[in-house]
Amino acid sequence: MSDQVYLLLRHREIPDLDRLEVYRQNEGFQGFEKALQMKPADVVQQVKDSGLRGRGGAGFPTGLKWSFLPNNLWPHYVVANADESEPGTFKDREILERNPLQFLEGLMIACYAVQANTGYIYLRGEFWQIAAWLDEKIAELEQAGLLGDRILGTDYSLRLYTHLGAGAYICGEETALLESLEGKLGQPRLRPPFPAVEGLYGKPTVINNVETLSNLPVILGKGNSFYRQYGTDRSPGTKIFCLSGRVNRPGNYELPLGRTFRELIYEHGGGILEDGKIKAIMSAGASSTLIVADEKALDTPMTYEMTDALGAPLGSASVIILDETVDMKWLVHKTVSFFRHESCGKCTPCREGTYWMNHITRRLNSGQPNPEDVELLVDVAREIQGKCLCALGEFSTMAVLSGIEKFRSDFNGS
Amino acid sequence: MANQVTLTIDDLTVTVPEGTLVVDAARKAGIDIPVFCYHPKMEPVGMCRMCLVQVGRPMVDRATGQPVLDADGQPKIQFSPKLETSCTIPVSEGMVIRTNTPEVLRAHRDIIEFLLTSHPLDCPICDKGGECPLQDLTRAYGPGQSRFLLDDKMRLAKHVPLGELIYLDRERCILCARCIRFQDEIVDEPVLSFYHRGRSMQIVTYSDPPFDSYFSGNTTDICPVGALTTADFRFAARPWELKNNASICTQCPVGCNTTLNTRREVKSGGKWVVKRVMPRQNELVNEIWICDKGRFGYHYAESGERILSPHVRKEQGLVPVSWDEALDLVEQRLRQAGAGTVTLAGGRLANEDLFNLAQVTDHLGGRKLLHTQVGGGEYVQRYGLGKGSNLGELGKGDAILVIASDLQEEAPVWWLRVKRAADRGAALMVLNPRPTRLDPYARFIHHYRYGEELEALGRLAAGEGELAEAAEALRSAENLVIFYGSEGLGLAETTALAREAAGLLAGSGRAGKVNSGLIGVWQQNNTLGAYDMGFRPEADLAGALSGSGLAWIAAADPAGDHPALEAALKQAGFLVVQDLFMTRTAQMADVVLPAQAFTEREGTFTSGERRVQRFYPAVAAPPGPLADFSIAARVGLRVGIELEGASAATVMLRIAASVPAYAGLDYALISEVSEQWPIIGREDRYYGGTGYDNHQGLGVQLQPDAVTDPDGEVSIAMAAPAPLQVPEGAVYLAPVTRLYDQGLTLKPSMKIVGQRMARREVWLNPETAARLGFGAASLVTLEGEGWTASGVEIRVDEQLPPDVLLAPRSVGIPATGPEAVRLRPLVTEPEA
Ligand SMILES: Cc1cc2nc3c(=O)[nH]c(=O)nc-3n(C[C@H](O)[C@H](O)[C@H](O)COP(=O)(O)O)c2cc1C
Ligand code: SF4
Ligand code: SF4
Ligand code: FES
Repeated sequence: MSDQVYLLLRHREIPDLDRLEVYRQNEGFQGFEKALQMKPADVVQQVKDSGLRGRGGAGFPTGLKWSFLPNNLWPHYVVANADESEPGTFKDREILERNPLQFLEGLMIACYAVQANTGYIYLRGEFWQIAAWLDEKIAELEQAGLLGDRILGTDYSLRLYTHLGAGAYICGEETALLESLEGKLGQPRLRPPFPAVEGLYGKPTVINNVETLSNLPVILGKGNSFYRQYGTDRSPGTKIFCLSGRVNRPGNYELPLGRTFRELIYEHGGGILEDGKIKAIMSAGASSTLIVADEKALDTPMTYEMTDALGAPLGSASVIILDETVDMKWLVHKTVSFFRHESCGKCTPCREGTYWMNHITRRLNSGQPNPEDVELLVDVAREIQGKCLCALGEFSTMAVLSGIEKFRSDFNGS
Repeated sequence: MANQVTLTIDDLTVTVPEGTLVVDAARKAGIDIPVFCYHPKMEPVGMCRMCLVQVGRPMVDRATGQPVLDADGQPKIQFSPKLETSCTIPVSEGMVIRTNTPEVLRAHRDIIEFLLTSHPLDCPICDKGGECPLQDLTRAYGPGQSRFLLDDKMRLAKHVPLGELIYLDRERCILCARCIRFQDEIVDEPVLSFYHRGRSMQIVTYSDPPFDSYFSGNTTDICPVGALTTADFRFAARPWELKNNASICTQCPVGCNTTLNTRREVKSGGKWVVKRVMPRQNELVNEIWICDKGRFGYHYAESGERILSPHVRKEQGLVPVSWDEALDLVEQRLRQAGAGTVTLAGGRLANEDLFNLAQVTDHLGGRKLLHTQVGGGEYVQRYGLGKGSNLGELGKGDAILVIASDLQEEAPVWWLRVKRAADRGAALMVLNPRPTRLDPYARFIHHYRYGEELEALGRLAAGEGELAEAAEALRSAENLVIFYGSEGLGLAETTALAREAAGLLAGSGRAGKVNSGLIGVWQQNNTLGAYDMGFRPEADLAGALSGSGLAWIAAADPAGDHPALEAALKQAGFLVVQDLFMTRTAQMADVVLPAQAFTEREGTFTSGERRVQRFYPAVAAPPGPLADFSIAARVGLRVGIELEGASAATVMLRIAASVPAYAGLDYALISEVSEQWPIIGREDRYYGGTGYDNHQGLGVQLQPDAVTDPDGEVSIAMAAPAPLQVPEGAVYLAPVTRLYDQGLTLKPSMKIVGQRMARREVWLNPETAARLGFGAASLVTLEGEGWTASGVEIRVDEQLPPDVLLAPRSVGIPATGPEAVRLRPLVTEPEA
């Protein structure tokens, strides 16, 4: 059995890693201190070269994103996306609760790289205890001279603030997050302009996921050749896979990118509950395109490039396992209900489409569907596609269309 | 001029200025792309997704930066994989837009189908039906049938008051945010907002009082469905039953262009009645907006209190008589009075009325007096806006000075236009004794002490102290517009202020310049027209009236204004009153002549920007009253002067022949229109309004005297105001204007705007109130020069400067200018 590799979930090996002195004894803040000695542009270049890709879902190259910030518009901001609301995603939470200093160090490196003097941590409302906990850690770092004015004798000053959302999935979408952070109703903005140019309070802004940021102390501290020994060429590093669903041992597993679904499910996850037969895989939480769990799929390496092979993106790597006991029309009803509930309502196709689909999936599961309901559901989902303002609307159709296409028999005669 | 960009839309080649949105470029080329959330007056938001089109851009070789050419040598076009919202993308060179491919048409159909899943489809009982973009676009682009089951439809509240003026039907709302954005972007009174999310999202108001904005009615016009309705019009008529009648708002000197919608009704005995007032597009005046006073304040014309026949005083008092009998008497008394005749006219009258009144008075050798508390019209005639001016063009590099005016209260649409000019970069300077709703947009704010407006202006002209920067901005501005109002001022003070302001304009070489000039914020809509027709205010009005052989009063109520004027009228040899209502003055009259309302006749008004605009008859006049110009013509005929009495159009010809500023004007010219942008209210459905279209005239702006007669001068025989001494125990009273006043023309709309009307109350700084010995809400009696007003409530406001008492005009506190008043506690009679 191949082991997990702990670059992010290091607290699993090092007790009390959330305490500042313990963290410092274990290479803590070496990455940040190194960064402070570098030119900001060199930090950006190193992160580009590391090949780090965003862990928030889209897998966008992190260094490249930073390089979009114009240098003639100031101030710059960095916002950590700790909204973690995708069903089946619970990785950021473990980092924040158990290894908060590595996350904060990562955020500080990002801030330095784009020369932001203010960083915000946007947390989902339910993370109020974590926010209080982070506030304590931030105060400690200020005491220790790692945050505040003229950090460690340099010219660089930085302050970090936490901000709680009010419990909306859409506020994980980066522009809705910015609206919410500004105190407005959490609805996505029109793009362009992109946040890199016009973000928080109209200023150039970087938004990165908690896990993405937590990679930075490793990259800066240990260098790219160390980092790139994990993962694949196009997907370097480790990734925390949130395994849930019909498996024996659900939980977070940190593995180098490029390991197979089979390894995750059967070696780490202990296989299917009650020795059941696996039926499908969702790799991106409720937003997943359903993957038929055949041999080919099980042997596919989990990377950002796997979309090419499976037609399904890795997303946030929230791997939900479905076995033969799961009826796909029930599943689709679950995902659609979620998106109906979370649609922000700003644009017509998502607001009305999720509401409509939800009525149909309810009927399909009621035992008294109308004969044309399955076709209608497909139609409505297709009508939503390609028309929405943000990706949520698109997400709402993924399980619906792939579920009906690949598991049609579950919908027949319903 | 902006760079031009050429693109192709459905095989049409279109050239438009850089920055134009694709949807507007198409509109200019005559291609309608359906929209719901987009509105050409507001920033695009891309929410409704209705305007999806296919967008292609010329391919560029990344290495060379050169366009990639196809086999024919034509630039290769790359179409984006998804449809794009044409309301959010600006045009670019070589772009190819397709608005009618099967994919695009399918997308339009899908969005309509989605919108209708939540829509109640209660068109048969909806006020918007017939002018509803959703209805129209459904017919043009939607599927004929819905596949959504009726039982699944969400049922929501249908009568949600957003305040007492505007109601929300939640089921009909398509969540386009036009209403919210209007309040945010255009008015900057962000009192509306979305609340909640998804299908639970709804429009709410956060202000107290709810939907607190003088522009709220406009949201009902731009709402693309029947979700927002006014308390006045909801369920009152169907748009297709309504006839459009062009008119001009009579509530203030902005002169907003309006459409009076009328229909014949059983409940009105088969008569035509005005059902609502809608804005009529005039980008030079009000664009497509009107204020709520203009929208709701028209009811006076249909009031049951109107005078319907001539009256003559007999033993038993005023009794109805025939026109002949009344006019016989007027003729006889006028001949007796001759040059002792004093004609007092109000600025509510049309130019044609004023002209004929002036002609009769001149014929007799009498005096033509103007009833106004704001003076200085002579300066506006000379230094008013240059012909061709448009407040909508002011912006960066220009300066606007507003002095002694709470512009939002005195002339709301000017406030809006000035604010928007400031948004575009014009340097706004606000000089006023207290903060107003204009301050947030001002680059320079100066709060002077009440009574020191001339000093303040002097300091600005000299660039003294904190006004140094403002003076520099004023000096270096390309254009300069000065508004002067009557905050705390009376006739003498405003006249002096106008003179100083005119001096500032002329001194800086901007006299007569296009987009520069002096604007008086009059209390009546046509005060400037009255000046043009030869009427002048008189400082000693009481003296003039009491010494008159005959006082002929038209559209004015001096007795209602002030006890001294009432006393003076008692001394007049004979009193003839021409009005709509039995005012206090009319009740004293020897002869009362009933006049027609503006809805019943035609005429012209001259706006504060010196634009002569036509209004048209909308309903039939009741039998009895005559148009003021006809009354004057009939009187004229009897005393030996022949005037036009049959049609206002011919009166205008006479005006053109004898008033130099109006030379060459006729009704045809005033009714001319030219293409306006945005194109609104026609076949396209930005806004379903059927009242926007302006076929009836953009009006004609007059050339100021400074241009036509550069060497002329203004001479006014009005003494400068003496500084007001406030004796021990008294307090400085400053009269101020409230939009919803209790004037003659608004009171009949009480049932609509009553809750927001000015009340019999005065406002003080709390410390001043305490010093005078009164707390908030106490009732007092005010004692002024020759008058008392009792039962006045004390209100306190921390923002007010000390030692001054603000008294709203029109609530029965007769002060006509600043004066020292004493306060006494209201003593209630002990019960017997
Ligand atoms: C509907 C929606 C929900 C999202 N929720 C989250 C979230 O909870 N956490 C997160 O990190 N990113 C979320 N994202 C992705 C963010 O928009 C954004 O891409 C990400 O924070 C960028 O960080 P990264 O580059 O580090 O991945 C969401 C996106 C969408 C469209
Ligand atoms: S797609 Fe859905 S969540 Fe995104 S903007 Fe539209 S309504 Fe809001
Ligand atoms: S009330 Fe009308 S204008 Fe306002 S969001 Fe709803 S549909 Fe749009
Ligand atoms: S999205 Fe363009 S009109 Fe609404």
